[in-house]
Amino acid sequence: MLRLEKRPNPSQFWLYGTPVVAVVLTMIFGGMLFAAMGTNPFEVIRTIFWDPIFGEFAFYLRGQLLVKAGPLILIAIGLALGFKAGIWNIGAEGQYIMGAICGAAVGLAVYPTESRWIFPVMVLAGALGGWAWAMIPAILKTRFNTNEILVSLMLVYVAQTILAKASTGFLKNPEGMGFPGSRNFSSYPAAANPELIAGSGIHWGVVTALVVALVAWGLLARHIIGFQINLSGQAPRAARFHGVNPNRLVVLCMGISGGLAGLAGLFEVTGPGGQISIDFNVGYGFTAIIVAFLGRLHPIVIILAGILMALTYVGGEMASTNMGLPSAAIQVFQGMLLFFLLGVDVLTNYRIRIRTGGK
Amino acid sequence: MLRRTLLATAALGLGMALSGGAAMAAGMDKVKACFIYVGPIGDGGWTFQHHEGALAVQAAYGDKVEIQWQETVPEGADSERVMTQMALGGCNIIFTTSFGYMDPTNAVAAKFPDVKFEHATGYKREHPNVSTYNARFYEGRAVQGHIAGKMTKSNKIGYIASFPIPEVVSGINSYFLHAKKANPNVELSVVWAYTWFDPAKEADAAKALIDQGVDVIAAHTDSTAPLAEAAKVEGVIGFGQASDMAAYKDGPRVSSIIDNWAPYYVKRVGQLLDGTYEQTDSWEGIAAGEVEIGEITDKVPADVKAEALALRDAIADGSYHPFTGPINKQDGSPWLAEGATAPDGDILGMNFYIEGIVGDIPQ
Repeated sequence: MLRLEKRPNPSQFWLYGTPVVAVVLTMIFGGMLFAAMGTNPFEVIRTIFWDPIFGEFAFYLRGQLLVKAGPLILIAIGLALGFKAGIWNIGAEGQYIMGAICGAAVGLAVYPTESRWIFPVMVLAGALGGWAWAMIPAILKTRFNTNEILVSLMLVYVAQTILAKASTGFLKNPEGMGFPGSRNFSSYPAAANPELIAGSGIHWGVVTALVVALVAWGLLARHIIGFQINLSGQAPRAARFHGVNPNRLVVLCMGISGGLAGLAGLFEVTGPGGQISIDFNVGYGFTAIIVAFLGRLHPIVIILAGILMALTYVGGEMASTNMGLPSAAIQVFQGMLLFFLLGVDVLTNYRIRIRTGGK
Repeated sequence: MLRRTLLATAALGLGMALSGGAAMAAGMDKVKACFIYVGPIGDGGWTFQHHEGALAVQAAYGDKVEIQWQETVPEGADSERVMTQMALGGCNIIFTTSFGYMDPTNAVAAKFPDVKFEHATGYKREHPNVSTYNARFYEGRAVQGHIAGKMTKSNKIGYIASFPIPEVVSGINSYFLHAKKANPNVELSVVWAYTWFDPAKEADAAKALIDQGVDVIAAHTDSTAPLAEAAKVEGVIGFGQASDMAAYKDGPRVSSIIDNWAPYYVKRVGQLLDGTYEQTDSWEGIAAGEVEIGEITDKVPADVKAEALALRDAIADGSYHPFTGPINKQDGSPWLAEGATAPDGDILGMNFYIEGIVGDIPQ
């Protein structure tokens, strides 16, 4: 019979083997699902994982992968820092929204002034907006010991309400014939975040995501803060003896993740999104949680995880359009990925023992 | 710049190849018609009806058309990608069926001048290959309002609104105006759900209305959730929205507004096939069959049903306009004088409540 036995130390092999096995299992079981729905499973899997990178329209879709992966990576890295330290910011979606609103508000306030300082100030405002929104759960936690998971999550719904207010009220396009939604940044160059190389999909958000990944990697590997983060997550008591101030760490980690989520929101609203609208947010803040874990909370691996996640969206869409698969089937496929990841993850901390003749 | 030119050239090449020379503006042998939906086809409402229209195109032209669709596409950057993928994939005409696709539709249309874009419920036609189409839903709301005014026992009627856009506001006004005509004591409660499709939120909105004592619920959202919620409470009735929602005929549904997009879709694809396609801004109503009133059930007394049908026919033959003066705005200032009818521009840009509605349009 099978028995799970706790490993003395987490397995390094399985730590990084898990995502690979999870992807393979998702392909197998997802393939069975697609076959049961009457499509050719090999064709569907190829459309999802191969065509966006190497297929006929890859010249366009490769860029779109980056557009989709950029915000995911940026948010996921911030979250990963907190998660490593045992600080659970679940409300990145709200911080993403607030970053977008604050940054956009700055840009729209000076419309139609043209100055090359506008965009950098907007970026700053975006980061500040996300940071401030994350400070609410952080300070409530350090002062009153509230649960940051609940507070940050609830604040997402508050942010959505403010977003609705912004797009129907204080940020509404005065030339929009009464329709909700702000001006479109694509027609306001000083505040826009266009593609840096046409057709490549690369905008400032993607560049920032890559830079942030490198910085975070350095921070975790080399800097005393990184050491404190790792220690707090693995051995909170030891960290305290080591002089780590847990409250300071909460404020720091929530602040970084909030600021990065705010940046992601700002880059999205000025770039691919184009405008503040009532349903501007499409769940990047939540999906980034999956990306953070898929990337093993490691900044560089998170880049790959973000691109993989983007692949399931972009490729999944193609499969659904070209083969008439319902979008729910693609969502099930994405769900499987998380399910197998969490399932196989058991092997990181446990090993399977086969006992014969036991009870 | 090179890449963008490449993209445009590729699109041009595809367009030429598939249309046999679109530049000649001649007919086409085969059309690939593509549809982008904001919700799942199984929503039983808005998206379902658009898909019915797509299937009607297939049925009308058989193997001369190929249809393709993508459901549950978020408005914004994602829709821009889906449109581009479709245009690259050889679609000749792309129907984008939600208001929020407006800017993305125009952005993609600029890159693919040989692909026709048809945007539902918007007002931007920035390029010659973008057309817009909408239906006069407020005509249907007039009939609904009349039934609501006659049927309510608590004198409280409700409206689940999606987004504060003119299309929705004009629906609310028309609904209330005709309810008030049928029953001067009627009061209207509006709940803003800020979504087109979210069964949980829509159900919550219905619940909130029922808690306020509302017994007739109209919805401007896409799912059947409000009807499902109404079915739980004895004496509460509602209407099918966008689709007939006939499954609730034995329950709360007493009538419905059906969006019938099939005639428009069949016409536009047909024009593309025979070469008579031109950029348009279409806004049809009951008369053209684009807005239909679903079967009025036996829960409604025969005389009320007869009045409702007479109202529908009067709108259809043009003898009655749902917005006929005298009508004042909410603040009491006059909007339409005695006997005057609302110009289309006023309805398309409507951002005010009429007199008697309590509450504010969110802004």
